[in-house]
This record gives sequence, C-alpha cells and structure tokens, in this order.
Amino acid sequence: MSFWEVTQFLLDGFYISLLIFAVTLVCGAPLGLPIAFCSMSRFKPVKAISKVVVWIVRGVPLMLQIFIIYYAPGLLFKDQIPLFSRLDRYFFINYGINDAGRIIAVLIAFTINYACYFSEIYRGGIESISKGQYEAGYVLGLTKQQIFRKIILKQVIQRIVPPMSNEIITLIKDTALANCIVVCEIIKQANELAATKALIWPLFYTGAFYLLFVGMLTIILGKVEKKLSYFRS
Amino acid sequence: MALLIAENLKKNFGKTEVLKGISFSLEKGQVLAIIGSSGSGKTTLLRCLNFLELPDEGSITVGDKVLIDCAKAETLDDETIRQNRLHFGLVFQNFNLFPQYSVLGNVTLAPTLLKKGTPEEIEANARRLLDQVGLSDKLENYPHQLSGGQQQRVAIARALALQPEVLCFDEPTSALDPELTGEVLRVIRGLKNRDTTMIVVTHEMEFAREVADVVMYMADGVIEEMGTPEQVFDNPQSEKTRSFLHGAHEKF
Ligand SMILES: Nc1ncnc2c1ncn2[C@@H]1O[C@H](COP(=O)(O)OP(=O)(O)O)[C@@H](O)[C@H]1O
Ligand SMILES: [Mg+2]
Repeated sequence: MSFWEVTQFLLDGFYISLLIFAVTLVCGAPLGLPIAFCSMSRFKPVKAISKVVVWIVRGVPLMLQIFIIYYAPGLLFKDQIPLFSRLDRYFFINYGINDAGRIIAVLIAFTINYACYFSEIYRGGIESISKGQYEAGYVLGLTKQQIFRKIILKQVIQRIVPPMSNEIITLIKDTALANCIVVCEIIKQANELAATKALIWPLFYTGAFYLLFVGMLTIILGKVEKKLSYFRS
Repeated sequence: MALLIAENLKKNFGKTEVLKGISFSLEKGQVLAIIGSSGSGKTTLLRCLNFLELPDEGSITVGDKVLIDCAKAETLDDETIRQNRLHFGLVFQNFNLFPQYSVLGNVTLAPTLLKKGTPEEIEANARRLLDQVGLSDKLENYPHQLSGGQQQRVAIARALALQPEVLCFDEPTSALDPELTGEVLRVIRGLKNRDTTMIVVTHEMEFAREVADVVMYMADGVIEEMGTPEQVFDNPQSEKTRSFLHGAHEKF
C-alpha cells in the first residue's frame, strides 16, 4: 500500500474520531450546564443525586462506561440481541454502514462522561465568582437572571476557558477508546492494517493526525483565551 | 417629615444578635455618619437597608412607603425586594465594579437594563456623573486599569446613576492606600453640597465631623450615642463613646 492509500485509509478512521469529538462537545458542553446547576441546587435531594452521578461518572473508567452503555439495554430488557447490535444491523442493511449502532453507544457514553466533567468545571467557575459581584447587581435593582447573564456569565467563561481547553484536548485523544467496542476510529483502522497487511508504521503515523489536530485546537483556544483577557476578574 | 425612618431593627445570625433594636430617622438632604468599632453591626445595618439581609424585627419606611414591617406576617417576594432596593444605593468597601465593563459601561449597565431612559439619555447622564467624580478621561478604561480611589469613584457614579433616595457608603476608603482616600472623600463632600441624602460608615473621624449632620456611634448592635457632630465628638455622654473616641484619636 502506498503512503497516500494508507493516509486515505487512516483518514476514514479519523473522521469517526472527529465525529465523536464534535458530537461530544456539541452535546456534552450544554448538558454540563443543567448538571452544574443541579450540583449547586439548594434543594438537597437534587444536589445529592447530581453529586452521586458525577462521582460515579468521573470515578469509573470511560472504557467501562462505553461497555455498560453498549451492553446494558440488552441485559435490562432481557433481549437476546443488544439494542446497539440491532441498530448496527439496521444501518448496515439500509445504509451499508457497519458500526453505526456502536458509534451511537460511544456517543452516548462520551456525552454523559464529558458533560459530567464539564459540569464540574462550570460549577468551579460559577462558585469562584465573588459574592460581591452578585450583591453589586442586587443593590442596583437587577434581577437574578440579569445578574447572571450580564455580570456573572462572562467572568465565568473567562475563568473556565483554560480548564475547558485541557478537557477538549483530552477529548480528542480519548476518542481512541471507542476501539473497545470495535468502532472504526483511526487507531482501529491502523490496527486493521497491522493485522491484514503486516504494516506497523501506520500505527505510529496516526500520532501525526492527533498532533496536527491538537495543534490547531491549541491555536484556536489560545485565541479565545486572549480575546477574553481584556479584563481581569 | 423624615425621608427615612428605621424602627427597632433587629437582626440575628443564628444565635448571635448583631442588631439589637436600631431606630433612627433621617431628613432629606441630611448626612448620617456611623462610627463604631469593627463587629458592632454597621455593615449589617447598611445591608438591611439595602435588603441584602432581611431584618428579623422592625420596620423601614422611605417617604410614605413602608418597605418592610416585620410585625406584619407577609413575606416579601423577590420582585418587592428588588423594588425596595431601588430606594437605596450602596457603595461597597471593596468597590465591586464589574470587571468586564468599561468605566462608562459600569455606570450605564443598570439604567440600561432597567430601561431608565433612552440609550442617549443614559449615556449622557453617565458621562455627566463621571465628570462629577473627576473621571471624564477614563471612560473607556477597564476597572483593573484604575487605582483604588478611581475605582471607588466609578462605584459612586454607578450608584448615583439610579438616583437613589438614600446613598449608603460602607467604609468607602478603608480598602484604599492613605494617599488615595482624599479624592474619594472629596467626591462625598461634593455630594453633600448637592443635598444628597447619605449614610456613611467611616473610620475617618475628622471627615465624619465635617460632613455629617448626625453622628451615630454603634456598639454591640445598639446605638450607644447619637447627635450632632459637636454633641458626639466634643461632649459625649456615654463612657463607651468616650473611650472609643479616645482610642480612635490615639491611632493618629
Ligand atoms: N452573614 C453572617 N453570618 C454570621 N455572622 C455574621 C454575618 N454577617 C455579619 N456577622 C457577624 O455580625 C457581627 C457584626 O458584623 P458587621 O455588621 O460586619 O460589623 P461592622 O461592619 O460594624 O464591623 C460580627 O460579629 C460578624 O461576625
Ligand atoms: Mg463593616
């Protein structure tokens, strides 16, 4: 196989890695917000449930969570063929894609997992804003919503950009875990070449894809951070 | 008739009684200076007036409007509390400016959100106030680019922008380097000349004597002594007041 053929083959896998990355970010980042608010709720049961969920999700390996999401529906409903295998078959028959069901399982696991990590970053950011900022808003006769939207939010965003950047960079590398239920992400593709064509170098070559992407992310996130550095809170 | 009447205000935090029955009244245009050692409840009193805390007992009346009367069973909803706050302004010890807004933005934010006029009117008013506190050349700066004294003057302009009936100051110069207190005190003096009704918690005794119509000395949650500056500073009746003033004098 030529270098370009290998590149093409690995790119097919990297698109899946990028898909997992994008969906996790687009779904997980907003989902983290209600979880953060639950964790800060004054209503004790909501707070407790939220804290336990976050504790479990952050305390258990993501790989295990992928397995659990993948196998749990079948066990729960005493179904011989797991839900996601059915989806796999459905998509294969109708669209000729062979791992769509498993990709969905991975997307669910990643989204939940990252939403919990994000929620802790949001919570830390929100709780780090001094009480004085809220009180300054209150004495000016502003409502709670106005204070949050117009005063607190931007300060929180400024503070969470660096930890979010770390999480986002970890996320692209974590997509390799999809491997565990045989989703054809880039490392799975490289392994495929090792198994069928006895080519080892493509496995090392995958590193270049990650590095390129992380480099891009670093530049973009650095720009965002810089853009928000015009004030100091 | 008095503009502000506070009657028998009491406030507990758990088991500690912080305010033990504070009563006073203030005429329109008067300046009340509150002095007293730390922990005597001065901040808590200002916070009750600004509805950052709700008193456990007592009542607060502004003009002919009873804002809160703890003797009545009703609990105030968020909207009523918010409306009540608009009668007062509060300038904090540590300014609490909004860091992501420029000087001008800090002053226009609340009037804009509360729709207190057209954007042009609000901005013109903010420029006028910032000119009044001597910051016309800093309109586009951000709070972190200002000295403490400048930040406090922005905070005063921000509070004035909503035209509160009573403007409260909680130790406005305590967080400042000594050489910066003058510019803030000058602004407060200027407000007195414009007949702004003010309550100023301060440790600056000379300033209190000069600017106040009434001086209140608080100790352990009660008003130990209250009167004109001459009465309180030159002829204190209570032993506690005498020893406090003596101690304050020693420091300088
Ligand atoms: N939120 C609070 N919870 C518990 N105790 C408080 C709270 N706020 C103030 N206190 C207590 O009330 C007392 C008076 O405080 P404060 O009003 O800040 O006094 P001052 O401003 O005169 O120094 C202090 O003993 C303080 O510890
Ligand atoms: Mg105080």
